[in-house]
Amino acid sequence: MSIRDHARTAKQAMQAATQAAMTKAIQLAPDSWMPGGRPDPLIFHKHGHVGQPVSRIDGPLKVSGAAPFAAEIPLEGMAYAALLFSTIPKGRIASMDVSDALLAPGVSLVMTHRNAPRMATMPLFLTGAKAAGGDDLPIMQDDRIHWNGQPVALVLADTQEQADHATSLIRVTYQAEEAVTSFAAAKDNGTVPGLFMNQPLQSRNGDADAALAEAAHKVDAVYRTPRHNHNPIELHAATVMWQGDRLRVHDASQAVAHTAWSLAQVFGIDEDQVHVTSPFVGGGFGSKTLWQHQVLAAAASKLAGRPVRIMLSREGVHRMVGGRTVTEQRVAIGADADGRFQSLIHSGTIAMTRHNMMPEPFILPARSGYASRTMKLDVEVAYVDMIANTFMRAPGEAVGTFALESAIDELAVAMGIDPIELRLRNEPDKDPSTGAPFSARHVEEAYRSGAERFGWSSRGAPGSRKDGEWLIGTGVATATYPYYRMPGGAARITLSKDGAATIDIAAHEMGMGTSTAQTQVAADRLGLAMDQVTFRYGDSSLPGVVLAGGSQQTAAIGASVIAAQRVLVKELLKLAGNDSPLAGLKVEDVGGRDGGLAKLDDPDRFESYASILSRARRDTVVAEASPPPPLEMLHWSMHSHGAMFCEVRVNAVTGEVRVSRFLGSFDCGRILNPKTAASQFRGGIVMGLGLALMEETQFDERSGRIMNPSLAEYHVPVHMDVPDIEVMWTDIPDPHAPMGARGVGEIGITGVGAAVANAVFNATGKRVRDLPITLDKLL
Amino acid sequence: MIPFAYQRAGSVAEAIAVAARPQSKYLGGGTNLVDLMRETIEAPAHLVDVTGLSTAIEDTDNGGLMVGAGVRNTALAEHPAVRSRFPLLSRAILAGASGQIRNMATVGGNLLQRTRCAYFYDDAARCNKRAPGAGCDAVGGFNRIHAILGASPACVATHPSDMCVALAALDVTVHLDGPDGGRTVPFGDFHLLPGDSPDVETVLRPGELITAVEIAAQPLAARSTYRKVRDRASYAFALVSVAAAIEVDGGTVRDVRIALGGVAHKPWRAHAAEAALIGQPARSDSFRHAAEAELAAAAPLSGNGFKVELAARAITAVLDDLVEERA
Repeated sequence: MSIRDHARTAKQAMQAATQAAMTKAIQLAPDSWMPGGRPDPLIFHKHGHVGQPVSRIDGPLKVSGAAPFAAEIPLEGMAYAALLFSTIPKGRIASMDVSDALLAPGVSLVMTHRNAPRMATMPLFLTGAKAAGGDDLPIMQDDRIHWNGQPVALVLADTQEQADHATSLIRVTYQAEEAVTSFAAAKDNGTVPGLFMNQPLQSRNGDADAALAEAAHKVDAVYRTPRHNHNPIELHAATVMWQGDRLRVHDASQAVAHTAWSLAQVFGIDEDQVHVTSPFVGGGFGSKTLWQHQVLAAAASKLAGRPVRIMLSREGVHRMVGGRTVTEQRVAIGADADGRFQSLIHSGTIAMTRHNMMPEPFILPARSGYASRTMKLDVEVAYVDMIANTFMRAPGEAVGTFALESAIDELAVAMGIDPIELRLRNEPDKDPSTGAPFSARHVEEAYRSGAERFGWSSRGAPGSRKDGEWLIGTGVATATYPYYRMPGGAARITLSKDGAATIDIAAHEMGMGTSTAQTQVAADRLGLAMDQVTFRYGDSSLPGVVLAGGSQQTAAIGASVIAAQRVLVKELLKLAGNDSPLAGLKVEDVGGRDGGLAKLDDPDRFESYASILSRARRDTVVAEASPPPPLEMLHWSMHSHGAMFCEVRVNAVTGEVRVSRFLGSFDCGRILNPKTAASQFRGGIVMGLGLALMEETQFDERSGRIMNPSLAEYHVPVHMDVPDIEVMWTDIPDPHAPMGARGVGEIGITGVGAAVANAVFNATGKRVRDLPITLDKLL
Repeated sequence: MIPFAYQRAGSVAEAIAVAARPQSKYLGGGTNLVDLMRETIEAPAHLVDVTGLSTAIEDTDNGGLMVGAGVRNTALAEHPAVRSRFPLLSRAILAGASGQIRNMATVGGNLLQRTRCAYFYDDAARCNKRAPGAGCDAVGGFNRIHAILGASPACVATHPSDMCVALAALDVTVHLDGPDGGRTVPFGDFHLLPGDSPDVETVLRPGELITAVEIAAQPLAARSTYRKVRDRASYAFALVSVAAAIEVDGGTVRDVRIALGGVAHKPWRAHAAEAALIGQPARSDSFRHAAEAELAAAAPLSGNGFKVELAARAITAVLDDLVEERA
């Protein structure tokens, strides 16, 4: 461990201790002091736009090709960028000959460490409120190579083809240094405890080892998941230009405000000198943050004095955008004669680089999932010289639930108990790790209704159902994802005298339906029709620092608009004055209704926005505010859940696995838009089927090189791999979340790996503990 | 992609004349060659587009088919004569790639598909096929999709085509034309095993052009099939595939054709299995025994040992199905 690592770890440990003390105080405080202590009035609003299956507002633009994505913004005099990547994992650039590339047709610049402008490193994601960088390495500032695939040269040319061609003419030789590229070697070098969001990835409750040893029934097994690469359909791209010392970035981003601030740090300018917009994003899944390509494009644009478009190739995305790292997880469960958990151990190791802070936190589901008398949870980090890890849909939960929920299935089999029954016997009545009360937890309801719809009761013994060559089995697993609301939210409402409203917030629409659902919410909150509300987002100049991550946008935007509306109503009541039917009412007493404000329990006391503004001779009223810090997520234990049911067919001859049915029964609070939410659930499940059956980055442990950087060889499910997926939900509002809703973007992928593996066991009697479940493991 | 010149040939003679220039390559549907050019694995200076030439599927005098090299995969798979007389060929084609790729890909181009070995595709890796004498990184690396039969220390790559596996079972004849005139090559001789020169993949001489594939009449092919085993339901290369036809008389195997895909540097005709089956009872145990006879020579690598059992099972199951279908 380097001195820098030590310093970072010490600082993080201090922060962790402070946070722990704060957490305790927040848990002990009265409910009413908390955000969400008084339920959002919209929860009780049953006949508005919220809950309606509204089609996405941006749908027509997208299907007609009229929605401009980051690599489709034309700028006058623009040059196209292409990148050359290193072919060794560690060492130095010994020589670099760019002369042929410079002479190639259309080429205006070849940028390398020799001529790149001086730049600071990117602020590493999670090290600051607005830090967005995937790594904190020098970017083309020296001759050092840190991973196999690191960009070593950038070419600018008049066309993309010219730029691509010219990069093939650059000759590089390397002086290789000894690198650690094998996971086994990295573990042998020793591991360090993982830290996630400044919290140690470690939990202890009692003596779990002793309880395991004494338990009447136990399972104890190791589960493995491979590396995964991000593959959003839209490649990472940015179109950038400098206007004097101001940087304009058209990005594909799920973090516009973070990216603007972080780029400002890199170039040593003020945050407000960087303007990042990203109105449309073709999928993010955690990968569309700040990586070296935006920095390199901006640097090249500066050197060349012209706008630059960079769009990574699919290989480029695999080489320089991080993914989900490899995990090795032990799960041991000890249970008493009734199946009640006496010991829950979930521990293991992941691979990470030294220039990164993302140790796949696979223990998160175990923290709040089950009541166990004792518990021991750990994530250890082994350092590998490779690309940085990053967040990929349900980081931690997606692979953590595979191990945990497989182990529970193994215990159920060993004890002869139905796996649903075993889970329900271990339902906790408060958070097992923090002791906090649950804000809303309806796991049992999700299971009961899902089991009925799926026909769970017709399940047979392992290996007992066959249709020709095909063995049929069913499996189940719990899906889980926390409610997050990150600090930094803010929104602005501009109400005009014609009664229309514009909501401004630097949030994101990556295809999830955010803009549609939030327009529904805002319309209900303000008492307007949907076409009277304009929801503006994806622009760093708008209020708020709202990461589209952690499935937190629903809550973050919701809370921000609540705060702004409060200010708006206060201002409107002031403008309405004593001549209004609203005279004398307080902010708490009124709500938006029918194009104006009305007293909540006496809607006849009403005045329209148009009337208030017209009497006050105002064209507009503008209100901007930030919500209180997200203490609710410490005061209550806030988690979504799902019961995932899977039916597989396994070919007895070839071992091929086909998923024939899937049902997800979710408990995510109130569903704001059943149409877009169903797509989120289904999309997550499809991604989970890939995780279960085929996704795997082929990372060559001899060279640290990714060998399948293409969608032909990196397998994700094709249409024929995806059966009809049924989704359903409890729709029980969470009384402590804005709108009663918890986010739905990530939970769909969780639990799927285990549901499939458990179904495969039921079909074949074979337990596969290594993902993906390829046919060779079932022969 | 390296800059190149493109020319569309109006006739076979013109194509051959134009392709006499150094560093020329014939262009079919481009579904593989253009990919390889983008990856700078292939860098021809001249592309001679031959997709407009020889696009007919015609009956031959003896009840067979003459298939032009420019015929698109989709057209061949959908052709009524292929579907009724050579169903294994139709099924093999439809098991490959995607609808869009099959609409573009040609018969001639399909014969010349290059391997999907990851080390062949990555110019940071050592590959004797791409850079003769460089060495092979696949042997100690990811070789799950690699060869178990007929490989050499120099190369363990597989031929990726589905269609060619059916053609191998059908004993087709490849028609060639070139600077020195035309000739024909039996399909089994067209592709080469890697030996010491895996960069040489076929018997094509410089400037030679595939003009047609001739399928002779063979009644047993009317009841034939193709089975492909892969890592997802579609759009994945075969781990193992089997093209087979069988003729049974009074419970005894009279004639049989078996070819395997995904196991060797070329579409693999299972001669040993065929020989072991002729005259034997048409039963599962004979099929398994024959499969094992073929696979006795298998030499699996670190990551593909499963293919030996998988191939044995697939051969047995395919023949079982064909016999059952006939019963």
